[in-house]
Amino acid sequence: MSVETQDILSRRTKRTWTQSTVRLLKSAPFSAKFGMAVIAFYVFCALFAPIIAPYSESEIVGKAYGAPSWQNWFGLDQIGRDTLSRVIYGGRNTIGIALITVLISFFIGGSLGIYAAVTRGWMDQIVSRLVDILMSIPVLIFALMLLAMAGKSVWNLIFILALLDSTRVFRLARNTALSVAVQDFVEAARLRGEKMLWIVFREIVPNILPTLIAEFGLRFSFVFLTIAALSFLGVGIQPPTADWGSMVAESKTLITFGKIQPLIPAAAIALLTVAVNFVVDWFLQKTSGLRDEK
Amino acid sequence: MHPVVKTVLQRLGLGFLTLLAVSVIIFSSLELMPGGFAQSILGQGATPETVEAFNRSLGLDRPPVTRYFEWVTGAVQGDFGKSFAGAGGWREENIRYVSNIIGPRLYNTFFLAAMTAVIAVPLALILGLLAALYRNSWFDRIVNAVTLTTIASPEFFVAYILVFFFAVKLRWFAPLSTISDTTPFLQHMYKGALPALTLTLVIIAHMMRMTRASIISLLSSPYIEMAKLKGLTGRQVILRHALPNAWAPIATVIAFNLAYLVVGVVVVEVVFTYPGIGQLMVDSVSSRDMPVAQACALIFAATYILLNLSADIIAIVTNPRLLHPK
Repeated sequence: MSVETQDILSRRTKRTWTQSTVRLLKSAPFSAKFGMAVIAFYVFCALFAPIIAPYSESEIVGKAYGAPSWQNWFGLDQIGRDTLSRVIYGGRNTIGIALITVLISFFIGGSLGIYAAVTRGWMDQIVSRLVDILMSIPVLIFALMLLAMAGKSVWNLIFILALLDSTRVFRLARNTALSVAVQDFVEAARLRGEKMLWIVFREIVPNILPTLIAEFGLRFSFVFLTIAALSFLGVGIQPPTADWGSMVAESKTLITFGKIQPLIPAAAIALLTVAVNFVVDWFLQKTSGLRDEK
Repeated sequence: MHPVVKTVLQRLGLGFLTLLAVSVIIFSSLELMPGGFAQSILGQGATPETVEAFNRSLGLDRPPVTRYFEWVTGAVQGDFGKSFAGAGGWREENIRYVSNIIGPRLYNTFFLAAMTAVIAVPLALILGLLAALYRNSWFDRIVNAVTLTTIASPEFFVAYILVFFFAVKLRWFAPLSTISDTTPFLQHMYKGALPALTLTLVIIAHMMRMTRASIISLLSSPYIEMAKLKGLTGRQVILRHALPNAWAPIATVIAFNLAYLVVGVVVVEVVFTYPGIGQLMVDSVSSRDMPVAQACALIFAATYILLNLSADIIAIVTNPRLLHPK
């Protein structure tokens, strides 16, 4: 074998998964790279919060409203807890709760949506009309009312938001799955006698996956913002659990004295949602998935 | 029947049904309360007699269907029943009617929303139009980045940044909007300036992006290209050919974003302690004053549905294909 053919053969070898991932990431625009870096940083902080944070979530380390110092970079809060530690733990709690909520929401909305699209029976009709009605009430208002009914607790918050959010997931999953389910290759699979689960997981899910992944990012930032808003309003995550929304509410009086403490957790929220949006934008352009609803 | 009238009537009927269904959902939230409302307010230790007395004083002992129809017919006439605040020690002089609590606050909220709309709508349309005309220019890019950031930020972040600069550093406005029934009109406007500015920033971003998108899709349609090719100036193309067809999408954008304002107003009112129904709803949820929470939810949901409905109807009415059927 000559040197040239060997050279060509070596060039023709398929890229490994790592190589193609690196290649893909390198091709990303600056905004997407920035977004991914920010998300990675947040995930790192959330996972290793006990190691990174200088103090614990509820430890009182000094006087109330202590000024920033080398021991406490962001100062102390209204009862003397370290703000930096609380920001780190708050991120862990807020992100974790939002993530659980969206996972439940996708499990309910996604499975019902795909099932509705594949069967297209009376179940589809009933659930679709119900979703239409539920979606005509703004999420924040609906969540406030349901929280008034069920009482304030983290699990109530998670289930209420997951339920409300799953209506949006249902609609998207149903519509995208439907556009796949009417295609010829699905019909062929049906005629071949494949079972429904096989059709769903081998034909439909792979085709709607990019859209659902992008939607996961958008739903996450929406749920994350809603949780932050509800906690800010005092009906979301309850003290002493640290979370960014309620931290803003607890320290809001400081702003009238020209201190920026309330802005720190608020900025942390904004940065994460902006980052997620940047990455989703790029991902959508890459896969050019079909999306119509915000 | 003219197809437009038929479609509009269908849409109105659907909107009415949605509103009815939503009112049932809001009403039944009280019924679904675990252990009943009395139990959850009075606590586990309440004797059956206290629970019964409590229910009777609030009228909760009658069948739900009767109460639903009373509630809905009352709500249509602006009567939302009695507040639960102070329930238990139930004396005649302590009774507070929900409509009396909501009335002045509803005015305040509409005042704020109107103020926001007057600033935000023209500004967003002009910015969106400019961004669409000069797309991919530095102006477009800056506006795009700024609006994406405001959309992704929580409302209270935008609000506190404004407070920090305009109220604390520059001292142009007060950080809180304390307003009473006797506040004069101009004073009311001045106090509402900062909340209105916050809401403006939040909805302007959505509105501007949607305007930009709809104008761009309009400008890429074949008949605009035709107008350009036959040698019309840019201004003629925009004013004579693009604009008449752009009204429908623009009107939809406005109505849709005013509906979005319904949600934004809750957080912003709490930030500035502006006495509107958003703040009232949050307070009633914290104290579990269900009649007030239900009334606020119904008002919010109805406004939201009606605005979305009018967006749909404007789109139908201005659609040339429906107006001039073949």
